[in-house]
Amino acid sequence: MNKPIKRISTVIVSLILLACTDGALNNPYVQKEDNGKVIYTVFSERPKHLDPAKAYSSNEYAIIAQVYEPLFQYHYLKRPYQLEPLLAQSMPRVRYFDAQNKPLDETALATDIAYSEYLLTIRKGVKFQPHPSFNLVLHKTLPEDWAGDDLYRLPLATRVLTSDDFIYQIKRLADPATQSPIAGLMGGYIIGFNDFSKKQKALQTQFPQLRKAQRLQAESMMGVRKINEQQFIIRIKGKYPQFINWLAMPFFSPMAWEADEFYSHQILLKKNMSLDWFPVGTGPYFLKENNPNRRMVLLKNPNFHDDFYPSQGTAESLSAGLLADAGKQLPLTDKVIFSLEKESIPYWNKFLQGYYDSSGISSDSFDQAVVFSAIGGVGLTDNMRARDIGLQTAVTTSTHYLGFNMLDDVVGGYTQKNKKLRQAISIVMDYEEYISIFQNGRGVPSQSIIPPGIFGHVGGQQGVNPVVYEWRGKAVRRTVSQAKELLTAAGYENGIDSATGKPLVLYFDSMDSGPDSKARLNWLRKQFDKLNIQLVIRGTDYNRFQEKMRNGNAQMFMWAWNADYPDPENFLFLLYGKNAKAVHGGENAANYQNAEFDALFEQMSTMDNTPQRQAIIDKMINITQQDAAWLWGFHPKAFSLHHAWYKNGNPNLMANNKTKYINIDPVLRANYQAKWNKPVYWPLAIVLLVFLCLLIPAYLIYRRIERSTAL
Amino acid sequence: MINYIIRRLLYVFPVLIGVNILTFVLFFVVNTPDDMARMQLGDKHVSQAAVENWKQQRGYDLPLLWNEQAQGVEQATNTIFFKKSVGLFVFDLGLSDNGRDIAADISQRMWPSLAIAIPSLIFGVLANITFALLLIFYRGNYLEFGGLFLCIVSMSISGLFYIIAGQYLIGKLLVLTPISGYAPGADAFKFIILPVLIGVVGGLGSGVRWYRSLFLEEAAKDYVRTAKAKGLSDLQVLFKHVLKNALIPILTGIVVILPLLFMGSLISESFFGIPGLGSYTIDAISSQDFAIVRSMVFLGSFLYIIGLLLTDISYTLVDPRVSLD
Amino acid sequence: MMTVLWTDIAVFFLVFFGLVVAWRSSKKEHLRRPWEKVFNSKTGVASLTILLIFILIGTLDSARIQHYKTLDTQELSTQAKTLSLLDIILTPIRTRVEKTYSEPFAHMAYAKEMGVDEAGQQKWRYPRLSFAGAHLSEPNSEKSGDILLKVLLGFSFGMLAWLALVLILSLLAGKFILSKGSSGIRVCLLTLLGVFFIVGCIAMLGPYYHILGTDKVGEDVLYQAIKSIRTGLVIGSLTTIVMLPIAIGLGLMAGFFRGWVDDVIQYVYTTLSSIPAVLLIAAAILMAQVYMANNPELFTTVEDRADMRLFLLCMILGITSWTGLCRLLRAETLKIREMDYVVAAQALGVKKAQLLKRHVLPNVMHLVMITVVLDFSGLVLAEAVLSYINIGVDPSTYSWGNMINTSRLEMAREPIVWWSLTAAFIFMFTLVLAANLFADVVRDAFDPHSNS
Repeated sequence: MNKPIKRISTVIVSLILLACTDGALNNPYVQKEDNGKVIYTVFSERPKHLDPAKAYSSNEYAIIAQVYEPLFQYHYLKRPYQLEPLLAQSMPRVRYFDAQNKPLDETALATDIAYSEYLLTIRKGVKFQPHPSFNLVLHKTLPEDWAGDDLYRLPLATRVLTSDDFIYQIKRLADPATQSPIAGLMGGYIIGFNDFSKKQKALQTQFPQLRKAQRLQAESMMGVRKINEQQFIIRIKGKYPQFINWLAMPFFSPMAWEADEFYSHQILLKKNMSLDWFPVGTGPYFLKENNPNRRMVLLKNPNFHDDFYPSQGTAESLSAGLLADAGKQLPLTDKVIFSLEKESIPYWNKFLQGYYDSSGISSDSFDQAVVFSAIGGVGLTDNMRARDIGLQTAVTTSTHYLGFNMLDDVVGGYTQKNKKLRQAISIVMDYEEYISIFQNGRGVPSQSIIPPGIFGHVGGQQGVNPVVYEWRGKAVRRTVSQAKELLTAAGYENGIDSATGKPLVLYFDSMDSGPDSKARLNWLRKQFDKLNIQLVIRGTDYNRFQEKMRNGNAQMFMWAWNADYPDPENFLFLLYGKNAKAVHGGENAANYQNAEFDALFEQMSTMDNTPQRQAIIDKMINITQQDAAWLWGFHPKAFSLHHAWYKNGNPNLMANNKTKYINIDPVLRANYQAKWNKPVYWPLAIVLLVFLCLLIPAYLIYRRIERSTAL
Repeated sequence: MINYIIRRLLYVFPVLIGVNILTFVLFFVVNTPDDMARMQLGDKHVSQAAVENWKQQRGYDLPLLWNEQAQGVEQATNTIFFKKSVGLFVFDLGLSDNGRDIAADISQRMWPSLAIAIPSLIFGVLANITFALLLIFYRGNYLEFGGLFLCIVSMSISGLFYIIAGQYLIGKLLVLTPISGYAPGADAFKFIILPVLIGVVGGLGSGVRWYRSLFLEEAAKDYVRTAKAKGLSDLQVLFKHVLKNALIPILTGIVVILPLLFMGSLISESFFGIPGLGSYTIDAISSQDFAIVRSMVFLGSFLYIIGLLLTDISYTLVDPRVSLD
Repeated sequence: MMTVLWTDIAVFFLVFFGLVVAWRSSKKEHLRRPWEKVFNSKTGVASLTILLIFILIGTLDSARIQHYKTLDTQELSTQAKTLSLLDIILTPIRTRVEKTYSEPFAHMAYAKEMGVDEAGQQKWRYPRLSFAGAHLSEPNSEKSGDILLKVLLGFSFGMLAWLALVLILSLLAGKFILSKGSSGIRVCLLTLLGVFFIVGCIAMLGPYYHILGTDKVGEDVLYQAIKSIRTGLVIGSLTTIVMLPIAIGLGLMAGFFRGWVDDVIQYVYTTLSSIPAVLLIAAAILMAQVYMANNPELFTTVEDRADMRLFLLCMILGITSWTGLCRLLRAETLKIREMDYVVAAQALGVKKAQLLKRHVLPNVMHLVMITVVLDFSGLVLAEAVLSYINIGVDPSTYSWGNMINTSRLEMAREPIVWWSLTAAFIFMFTLVLAANLFADVVRDAFDPHSNS
């Protein structure tokens, strides 16, 4: 009968034992691991790809942008966003040629330019991280005494970076076996890219035994030419100024052919060790441990080249103390630990306990963290300030919109009737309310497709969307009665179709299924209710939604776009006719097609950021506002919190390789963690007490029973 | 005996084929290979060519169940179903749809699942038996009524409440354990203590009741009366005779579930962020990774049948009266 | 005009079916005796009363009518809204929607908001709720007295209504049933007294306060919890409709015919039960979603869609859960078919179908009865777990599982939002506890081997 007591006491004893050995009982890390300059952060799902030719989402970039380096990067502190050389020695020299391959000068008209040539010079003396793949003997066989658990227990080696590595990566982009997401896009620009792709496919079917590295090196690509170990040339079709932005993305990081060769070992594949999981780069860190089920660990790359913390920045960054580490060799930390944290609640709680250095703010913890001051500014709650937590905000370079399918009979089309219906809906959809309810006010209602911070965005009175807003000192949404007038003019007085006499029913296609979606969809219905239009929600799953969009069967949908690079072209192309999703399979999900807009787009996309370009963009925005193919929705604001010991955090929405600039004060961290995580023992004592109390009657009865049987 | 085991093992095949066909049909009624490709390729800049390429590399470019174009036997074998099923039967689980080796992942994720499941089972059974015996010892007493009522009460509380309340109280308010997470080896202790505790407490109600009825059945037998007549005390009878004789149904009851311990617990693994097979399955369902789902279903069914077989065998081992021929 | 959903039909069918079974079994001696045992047990009657109240609420929630909203222009809107009788009864609670969270009995919102105070100053403060406690001018001092008064009023109304009920029943029975009636009736009436008290209080307090607070979009949590009753009941009972015919049919056939029939049926249930149920349910729910996405014309409203999903969930739960009962029935049938009277009847040339219906089926009915009652509570609990992994009911359906699912996020707030979880807990616990207690009593009454 005293078994349970024994068990409870063993539990308590072991808990106390644990308390003696560990600092805090609830520390989610193993204490043996250092308390040094380590960044503790999270990943919420297993990144699909860590191969720079395939990776294309932010959670993948969070890792590979620290390991791989492209030729250029965005300056960490300067605004507007500015490219600077990273692996390149200088910015590229661009030359233009006409169709007869004759050189043209800088001022040549875009229409005359048939080819552009980028001459790229790379930095001298850059070395790859230590990695077994550079040990060429290992390509043949792996040592027998290797346990097979840790790549870095194999003999390591390194090599100097050459221009071949960049060329090899471009070939990998074109290789059909890689399935790079930008292969289609690049095929339209880089000369010989598609041919190379076809040749590789043929080679693959002809010689299936040929290993990847050999196969890729067997052919050359027309538009990519090596000059010497330090220089190479990329030749693209026409003029495409945004190409340099692509060169700053991880897609164009150098890749050693040895890596592909090394990872072709079947044994490694069986152990899930491939280039897609263990990158080989030149960056500030290398991936030491990759257990996507639990955690990933980046360690400082001992071979990292000279790279210093910037000493110039905006006035704000100076006042925020972001230049304290100016001129120091990067990276500033030794180790980054990414822990798997699928759900927001444990993430938030561990952040508050000090086990993660920074955190976003989910809408559920928003009230707890942020207050709005009387003048409309944002600040932290007293609770957060007492913990010395810092707040950063930034309007993201992305846009959330509600699109109409322009191919639809009712909401699509370009007649006055169609246009007025869309305009009426644009007015009643109260995005200010949406932002306050569903985004906790973290967003700016959009006036056009271009978010703030991108060239072409116009603020203030000039930028107001005249269809939806009026300017009265600030942008004021037009009234419901104005919308009703438009609706009447469109032939749907009071929500009744004057042609048929039936109520107007519209359909909204959604792929929402979270707990919040019900409230969101109800809100949407309420907006249409203002015009007495019945809204039917067609909920579906991700695949079906995509299919509907591809076939152009949707009527209305909500979607979002994140900028690839800071150029208006990356937003305006979402409305370019030749990108219509249902027609050409592009990214123009609304299937908007307007000849005038398309012509202006073609002209604008090859221009540099000049006042002329701004004028054209203004014209384009005006056209789209009148056509109202989208409800422009809003640009979300990103709020993030960080602890006092986490320094140099700066919202840079374009740079992915921000980790190297971060600095950590480990002593401060240890102090705070100890302060915030004092275990509470007394409830355990109470539980024990209650249990003991229960034992008294049990014992009394036991005595009675024993006595009665004894009699 | 050996014959019986061989026969039963042969019976495994038709069942597994049935399971395989069922999962296959259920999955592909919902998803076309195109859908799977797009799901894996993401949503920016995906062309039809990329989709075809993906399907071809993963072997999803064949017809599902019947190949019209092929000749002879190939009509049945040159299909997605055949190609994907054959591997399973030799436990070559192949690659998941996002390109990882499933067997490697399973062998890695099995340990955290076991680290939770085995202590939960052991402590659960011990606690259940102890309390059940105590209830019987105090038969006809207010302690028994109180205990039985508590059992029904604890059975009526959803398992989710135990997890949510436990995590909130012990992890967040009392700061005694990490809120979630896992570490391998001896460091796992602080991570598994809370899930195990919750697992044991949550299962107490129904467990105690089940063991109690088992013991009651045993206690009603003649030999117990004889033992009492001999002058043994209640406690001695209970522990020496009743418990000993009830061990057979207890053990066989445990043997059935032993193999399934590998599969992990779906809910508590995802609540506590434990990288086991339960959360592996849940993730595969939500990301619609057919290869993983199919492998896990196959493995689950296989282990279930092995469990049944082990039960039968354990019957013969503990009770010589049972024979399997 | 009536709108009928699939599960509504099922609910009414179930109620009707239950009544028929009750009526038929009251005429059969061997079934009446155990039921009398149940009605003589205090726990049995009390829990049955609670269950019946839940069933009444569920049935009220299944009778729907079209309701037209009045527009600003005093015309009736052309768009109808479908409301159940329960919605109409609960109108004061249903329509008082606040902006966002508020605590139980609060008169101020949970979160601070920018607003203008009396002095006309912009301030960051807790705003007053638009409905709850709006009738009070000095809520801080008046509120507790007001609540106490309303509770007392509610108690007295409950008491009055209860006395009226007792009086009417006494008149009908011709004797004062509280002292002269059977013990079952007395326990039932005492349970009802408790229920009447609660209903009285809700009726008094409901229109003035949010008794269990409001959720993220300001909807009354009490209303959600009450609406979830129907979902819980449907899942717990509709599943059995699907499961029973399969389990009984196949179980009896396997045990009675043996041979290849037995082999095939055994194969089918071994195969089905060896697949982890969660995976089967997940696949089926995905399939249902695709079907609905491909046939949008069949499901025009969110309600239709959600209802279909609920219906399909019951189907699939039924399909995964029949194997246990089937196995049990097969074993029992194997035993029965060897009994003398069955062998004799067979020798006399009675047709097999007759034999099964007359001699075998009645002898396994107690097993069926016990399984149905025992499974009920398990299914109600399962709904919550399935909703947690998003393969349960539609997110727009009111259900305790969905409430628990959203409350996980609320638990992370500071101060914590505990009321949604608590409300779901109380309601679910009451239903499941009543069902478990009832199941215990039923099992003791029906199981010949029961040990008490």
